[in-house]
Amino acid sequence: MEKVLDVENVSISFMQYTKGLNQRNLKVINDLTLDISEGEILAVLGSSGSGKSLLAHAIFGILPENANQMGKIKFKGKELSEKDIRELRGKDIVLVPQSVNYLDPLMKISDQAIGHTETDEEKKEKKLKQREIFQQYNLGPEVDEMYPFQLSGGMARRVLVSTALLSNPKLVVADEPTPGLDEKTVKETLNHFKKMKEDAIAVLLITHDIHAALEVADRIGIFYAGYVIEIAENKDFSGDGENLLHPYTKALYNALPANGFELIKGHQPLHGEISKGCPYYNRCEMRFDRCKEERPELIDLGNKKVRCFKYEEEA
Amino acid sequence: MELKASNLSFKYPSSKKYILKDVNLELDNKKIMGLIGDSGSGKSTFCKILSSYITNYEGSVSFNGNPLPQKGFKPVQLIYQHPEKVMNPKWKMNQVLKESWDVSDEDLEEFGIQKSWLNRFPQELSGGELQRFSVLRSLNPNTKFLIADEMTTMLDAITQVQILDSVLKVVKKRKMGFLFVSHDMDLVDTVCDDKIYFKDINDV
Repeated sequence: MEKVLDVENVSISFMQYTKGLNQRNLKVINDLTLDISEGEILAVLGSSGSGKSLLAHAIFGILPENANQMGKIKFKGKELSEKDIRELRGKDIVLVPQSVNYLDPLMKISDQAIGHTETDEEKKEKKLKQREIFQQYNLGPEVDEMYPFQLSGGMARRVLVSTALLSNPKLVVADEPTPGLDEKTVKETLNHFKKMKEDAIAVLLITHDIHAALEVADRIGIFYAGYVIEIAENKDFSGDGENLLHPYTKALYNALPANGFELIKGHQPLHGEISKGCPYYNRCEMRFDRCKEERPELIDLGNKKVRCFKYEEEA
Repeated sequence: MELKASNLSFKYPSSKKYILKDVNLELDNKKIMGLIGDSGSGKSTFCKILSSYITNYEGSVSFNGNPLPQKGFKPVQLIYQHPEKVMNPKWKMNQVLKESWDVSDEDLEEFGIQKSWLNRFPQELSGGELQRFSVLRSLNPNTKFLIADEMTTMLDAITQVQILDSVLKVVKKRKMGFLFVSHDMDLVDTVCDDKIYFKDINDV
């Protein structure tokens, strides 16, 4: 399988004014490494406010101006420059946004799905293609003439997904596609991603919903306080979670209502609150002296990755 | 203690379709009740009526046999899904808490709130941290009944356990009533003693 997206050691920080003219550099994403191959779904799982949406913004080159980005983002093995991103986004790399709020409320659905066209011929061609894909997603001709407010939650989701697929993308980035939907619509949305996988599209699913991630993803990256602390395979989330590596991932799995609803203390450190050691140091049961002073790297264990000193020898 | 809805119906003035139609429900502080239903089945509207945020409904709501008070502190308090939408963005967190009641240090600790967070603005905290404030704020000593509308939907599994554990302790200690609205079946089964389904047009 060819790798479609490679994110290597990406960090994102923001310049902020604290008091008067004093500035501080607030790191929000630290040393993020992940990769996605053709026909693979990788979920990035993190709680709200953990900065995972910024990853999507970085891939599309739409970070705000006071953001600094370091590290490499590669598409099909080639490092992306700002110019490359501009050419690829909306064509080979597309975004499925979070909600219907991303649609233009004053524009008919079909017109905004097609987007800007130069000639009448181009418009006709795109219109045919749009109709064809919309039909696949069970959106009848009447939807073309509707405005966003006339869509139900499930329909809106189908419009966003099918619009993203108009340009035959190689990589789909979905930012929180499931919250606020009822079970039936969630299932339907997740099936769309399964279908993309069959069509050899690579999917990056950014979510806080562990159920949704487990339902469709091949691998799951766990985000903690701006760090990816583990990339685990879907099948590891089973039994008592004994195949999961990082203590946080285990705790997360055992906190699910179906797996014991177990309580652990503490909270995720806020951005800028982490001292020099491991981000999980304060809550970790297995910690030793080294974890306090030194920050572990993401260790590559073949198909899995983990950020913990305990697994250093196995690598 | 009982919170009783009798023949409750509601529709928006501009619409012909009823969102709630003749709902009868009795809640008390003996059982923790879970409320489940598809989106659009009127769960949230029902919660808003019980906590007197919506007043132009048909039918009646009574609390211990009396209608809900029109003025002053409301004994039935509602916790929303999005804490960032129910806090004044220009107030620091200690002011947000103080608006409701004087919280003791033990309570802060029980809910896992760090003292340093009190001097921050809402946008400087994460959803999970804000929800801790939002829950603690609603637990004024005069609160008799708590309604949680998708309270933990936006949170990760660990924070979800932490917050629910703290709330349930307080609810049991003060013998409060608790209605827990969620779409997560496993969660409702774990937290609640009994559950109610809202179908479309409300066959309860």
